[in-house]
Amino acid sequence: MHLLVCGGTGCNASRSQEIAANLKSSLKDNGLENEVQVILTGCFGFCEKGPIVKIMPDNTFYTEVKPEDATEIIMEHVVKGRKVTRLLYTDPENKQHVADSKHMGFYKKQMRIALRNCGYIDPQNIEEYIGADGYAALAKCLGEMTPEQVINEIKLSGLRGRGGGGFPTGLKWEIASKNHADQKYVVCNADEGDPGAFMDRSILEGDPHSVLEAMTINGYAIGATIGVIYIRAEYPLAINRLLVAIDQAHEYGLLGKDILGSGFNFDIELRYGAGAFVCGEETALIHSMEGLRGEPTFKPPFPAQSGYNKKPTNVNNVETYANIPIIITKGADWFNKIGTEKSKGTKVFALAGQINNVGLIEVPMGITLREVVYEIGGGIKGGKEFKAVQTGGPSGGCLTTKHLDTPIDYDNLLASGSMMGSGGMVVMDETSCMVAIAKFYLEFTVEESCGKCSPCRIGNKRLHEILEKITKGNGTMEDLDNLRNLGRVIKDASLCGLGQTSPNPVLSTIENFYDEYVEHIKDKKCRAGVCKSLMQYVIDQEQCVGCTACARNCPVNAISGEKKMPHFINTELCIKCGACIEKCKFNAISIC
Amino acid sequence: MAKVKLAESKINKIKEICTSFGNKPGEAINVLHKVQGEFGYLPAEVQEVIAQELNVSVAQIYGIVTFYSFFTMTPKGEFPISVCMGTACYVRGAEKVLDEFKRELKIGVGETTPDGKFSLNCLRCVGACGLAPVVLIGEKVYGRLTPDGVKDILNEYRS
Ligand SMILES: Cc1cc2nc3c(=O)[nH]c(=O)nc-3n(C[C@H](O)[C@H](O)[C@H](O)COP(=O)(O)O)c2cc1C
Ligand code: SF4
Ligand code: SF4
Ligand code: SF4
Ligand code: FES
Ligand code: FES
Repeated sequence: MHLLVCGGTGCNASRSQEIAANLKSSLKDNGLENEVQVILTGCFGFCEKGPIVKIMPDNTFYTEVKPEDATEIIMEHVVKGRKVTRLLYTDPENKQHVADSKHMGFYKKQMRIALRNCGYIDPQNIEEYIGADGYAALAKCLGEMTPEQVINEIKLSGLRGRGGGGFPTGLKWEIASKNHADQKYVVCNADEGDPGAFMDRSILEGDPHSVLEAMTINGYAIGATIGVIYIRAEYPLAINRLLVAIDQAHEYGLLGKDILGSGFNFDIELRYGAGAFVCGEETALIHSMEGLRGEPTFKPPFPAQSGYNKKPTNVNNVETYANIPIIITKGADWFNKIGTEKSKGTKVFALAGQINNVGLIEVPMGITLREVVYEIGGGIKGGKEFKAVQTGGPSGGCLTTKHLDTPIDYDNLLASGSMMGSGGMVVMDETSCMVAIAKFYLEFTVEESCGKCSPCRIGNKRLHEILEKITKGNGTMEDLDNLRNLGRVIKDASLCGLGQTSPNPVLSTIENFYDEYVEHIKDKKCRAGVCKSLMQYVIDQEQCVGCTACARNCPVNAISGEKKMPHFINTELCIKCGACIEKCKFNAISIC
Repeated sequence: MAKVKLAESKINKIKEICTSFGNKPGEAINVLHKVQGEFGYLPAEVQEVIAQELNVSVAQIYGIVTFYSFFTMTPKGEFPISVCMGTACYVRGAEKVLDEFKRELKIGVGETTPDGKFSLNCLRCVGACGLAPVVLIGEKVYGRLTPDGVKDILNEYRS
C-alpha cells in the first residue's frame, strides 16, 4: 500500500510536509512502517481542495487534509480498511461522497500525458520514474534509432511547442540538426513568466526526470552534448528537485559520459533567471544565460543558427519536453490520434480565477471551453454568471460566452483573437471589470518591457495612460480609436514577441466588451464595481436597521448614524474600501 | 559611484564568491544571486567590488542589477511581505489585500517600515493559485487571505 501526499507548492503551503510526517509517525506507532510507504509527490492538479492525500492501490482521494487527520487515516483506512468519509470529495451536484478520483468531475475529461507522473511517483526517486517506463525512450533512441529516425518520429507525432508559439517541434529539431558546428546546445525554457501560470513548475516539481530524459534525447537527435535548463530563481522547490534528479541520473549512467554504453555523452546544467518576463523570449533568454541583460535581438539569426555562445541552440519549453519520452515509447501514431487536425496531443492549463475547481488540468486539444469551465472547473464560484476566460496571459485575449463551444486548439484560439500561450486560463465572472483587466495586463507589460525599442517602451505606456484615464471616468470616445490605432502600430513595429502581442488584451476586450468601455466613458459607470473612481457607496435608508456594524468597521470613520437609526456614508471621506458592504448583514449598502 | 566602505571581511566574501565562479564575466548573474543571498541586497559598493573582480565596468553590473527585478539595491525588512499580484490572485481580490497592508503598515510598495521590521513588495504567481489570494511573509505562504485577516497576520510578527 502506498500513501501519496501532494508535495506541490499549493499543498506544501498548507502544511502537506507535516501531514506526511504525521502519517509516517502514526504508521510507526502501529508497526506498519515497513509495509506502507508514504510518498511525497508532485501536484495532483486539484489544488483547490488541497492538501491531497491519495491511497493506492484503491485510488481513494482525500481532500483538504490537515496534519491532525493523519492518525485517523492510518487507524481507519490503513488498519481497519474503512474510508474516512468526512475527508472524501463531495460532488457539488448530488452531494454524494466520491472516493475514487476517476469518478470526480474534475478528472473525468482530463487526459494526462505531460503530467502522467505528477502525483503518481516520488519525484526524488529515480527508481520510481524508471518503474513508470522512465528512460525507456532514451534507451530506445540510443539503442535502436538513428538521430534522423528520432527527429522523424517527433515530426510525425505533430507535436507543437507548448511555450506559446506553437512551432512544430520536429521541424525545429531538424533545422538544428542540419546546422553543423563543433558544439551545439539544447536549452530548456523554464522561465515561465505568465503571471498566473504554473504548469512548467508543476512538471519540474512532480516529474523532473521526464525533462532530463527528453533533453538528452534532443541532444542525441541534433548532435548536442550540453543541455542547459534556464529556470526562474523564484522556483526553489523545482530547482531543488532538478538538482537531485540530475545527480541521480549521473549515478545511474543516464547522464554524463557514454550514456548506457552507447558512446553518446550528454550533460545538463542549470542557469537561474532573475525575474524578467522578457527573458522567456528565446533570444533574450540566451543573452541572459550569457550573463548579460536579457534583451531580445532581431531574428534571424535564429537560435538554431546562432544561439548560446554563438552556437546552434535548440530551445524548447518544459511541457514540450515532457511529451517527448512518451511519444518515443508509444509511437507517433498513438500521439497524433489525440487532438485536432493541426493541434495534436494535450495541453496543460492552469485553471484559475472565479471558478470552483482551481488547479492544474491537462485536456486533449479540441475540448470545448464549456467542458473545461463547467465540467472540469465545476462552474463559476458562488453560482455567478460566466463572463470571460483569458488565455495566453499578457499576450493573449479573452474568450466569451460565444466561444464556449469552440474546440480549443492553437488555430481556433488565434482566430478568436486570443492565443494558446503557455497555458494560463483565468476565468472571470460579473465581478471582473474588463477595462480593469486590460489595464492590469498592460501594467505588467509596461513594467516588463525591456525598453529596447520605442513602440513597445513608449506605446504601451500611452495605452496604459489612456486606460487609466478611462477607469478614472475621464475617457472620451476618441480614446477608444486611439487605443485601437496605437495598439495596431505597437503590434506591427515592435522588435520581439512581447511588444508584438502586448496590445492583445486591450484589443480583445474592446472587441468583445465594447459596451463596457462605452459605459465607463459615457455613463461614468463600472458595472462590475471595480473601478473605484466610478463608484459611490450608499446606504439604503429603508433597508438599514442601524446595527452599526458598518460604522464600526469603516477604517476612516466615514459612516455616521445613531444606533437603531439609518446610517449615512460621507462620500468625501469614503475611500471605497468595501469593508462596510461586507459587514452589513441586511444588504443595505450598495455601490452605484 | 559611492566610495568603497565595506568591511574587509565582506569584501573577502565577495571575492571568494567571484573566484568560485572563475571570475568569469559570463557568470555575473550567478555571482549576483550568490552575493545577494549572502547580504540580502546589492548596494553600490558591493557592485563595485564585483565589477573589479570580474573585470568589467561597474556600469555593466549596475545594468544587470537594475534589469532584473529579483535583484534589489535596498535592504528588505526583517519580515519581507510579498503580495502575489499574479492574474489568479488579482481576480480574487489581491489588490484589496495589498491596500490593507499599505494602510496597516503605512508604507507603499517597495518601502520598508521605519523600524526596519516589515517591507512590502509585489510578486507574480508563486504557484499556489489554488489558494489565491496569496501573500508570502519570508518563506511562509498565507493563502485565501481577506483584508480582514491582514491585521491578525501582522500581529503574529509584531510582538
Ligand atoms: C515575451 C515572451 C515571453 C516568453 N516566455 C516564455 C516562457 O516563459 N516559457 C516558454 O517556454 N516560452 C516562452 N516564450 C516563447 C519562447 O520564445 C520560445 O518560443 C519557446 O521557449 C520555444 O519552445 P517551444 O517551441 O517548445 O514552445 C516567450 C516568448 C515571448 C515573446
Ligand atoms: S518589443 Fe518590448 S520587450 Fe521586445 S525588444 Fe522591444 S522593448 Fe524590448
Ligand atoms: S467603503 Fe470603506 S471607507 Fe467607504 S464607507 Fe464603506 S467602510 Fe468606509
Ligand atoms: S451594517 Fe447595514 S444595517 Fe447595519 S448600520 Fe450599516 S448599513 Fe445599516
Ligand atoms: S499543489 Fe497539491 S494538488 Fe496542486
Ligand atoms: S497568481 Fe498568485 S499564486 Fe498564482
